[in-house]
Amino acid sequence: MKKLLILMICLLPTLTYGGEAKDMAADPVLEKRMIGLAENLRCLVCQNESLASSHAELAEDLRREVREQMAQGKDDQEIIDYLVARYGDFVLYKPPVKSYTVLLWFGPFALLLIGAGVLVYQLRKRRQLVQESELSPEAQQRAASLLNQEENK
Amino acid sequence: MMRFTLPLVVFLALAGFLYVGLGLDPHEVPSPLIDKPAPAFNLPQLHDTGKNFSSEGMKGQVWMLNVWASWCVSCREEHPVLMSLAQQNIVPIYGLDYKDKREDGLMWLSQGGNPYTLSAMDRDGRVGIDYGVYGVPETYVIDKQGIIRYKQIGPVTHQSLREKILPLVAELQKK
Repeated sequence: MKKLLILMICLLPTLTYGGEAKDMAADPVLEKRMIGLAENLRCLVCQNESLASSHAELAEDLRREVREQMAQGKDDQEIIDYLVARYGDFVLYKPPVKSYTVLLWFGPFALLLIGAGVLVYQLRKRRQLVQESELSPEAQQRAASLLNQEENK
Repeated sequence: MMRFTLPLVVFLALAGFLYVGLGLDPHEVPSPLIDKPAPAFNLPQLHDTGKNFSSEGMKGQVWMLNVWASWCVSCREEHPVLMSLAQQNIVPIYGLDYKDKREDGLMWLSQGGNPYTLSAMDRDGRVGIDYGVYGVPETYVIDKQGIIRYKQIGPVTHQSLREKILPLVAELQKK
């Protein structure tokens, strides 16, 4: 009797299985695509958060907009263009290379080159200093005679 | 000598950049809509929901579109400025009640006064998105051809009216 009871208890979970939790969104594939795109877009209200993670009301509205446009069959670039037309390049975490973003994109490399240039210049100068300290023949003779004096003492 | 001047120059340049940065507001994102046609919309009016307000009907005159809401704190700061501008009858101000409940919007205007020729209701914020609204209040100056000429992010102040908006309105009205 006791064994039967244990067996029944062990089998209980197989009966109570209730199925997987349902996804919140109507279309999980589309929702995933929306989140993927929104992660690369900046929320304008809380500017250090992406459109995907922000809880600002505007971000919710924009996510709704992106979702709807995806359902209409628009591709990612069309949706990005739609948002840039309204909010500017600011919504992009990766700004396009333009005349006024040249410094942003290439400034760090320019600084690196300047730094390397300064390093090379300094190293060359140091080598010159070492070379200059070589003794002239007269000085060498004098040094040798002084050293000999020391030894003869 | 060079030993001290170079670090000093670098320091001063950096300090200069940081000083300029202090005066910039990162929340003021330049709008790409300047000098572009104002997005057309057709929305029910706040006071008379039976009637619609269409932005197309505004062609031929210079007007201001002020995005406001009863829940917006900075709008309270802006309100007296708009009231005094409305009394001067220089330029019509149209309101866009953004993501607001109708009762709340009506209540706010009846308490604080109504500077708007009329207000339209943007209940779900879609027209706001078309205008690139991200922080209420925002104000647009739209010319006779329906082109956006100026956008004020944040409250309109006496200073911004005097220095930017009113000279621009006068110039646009002459054209």
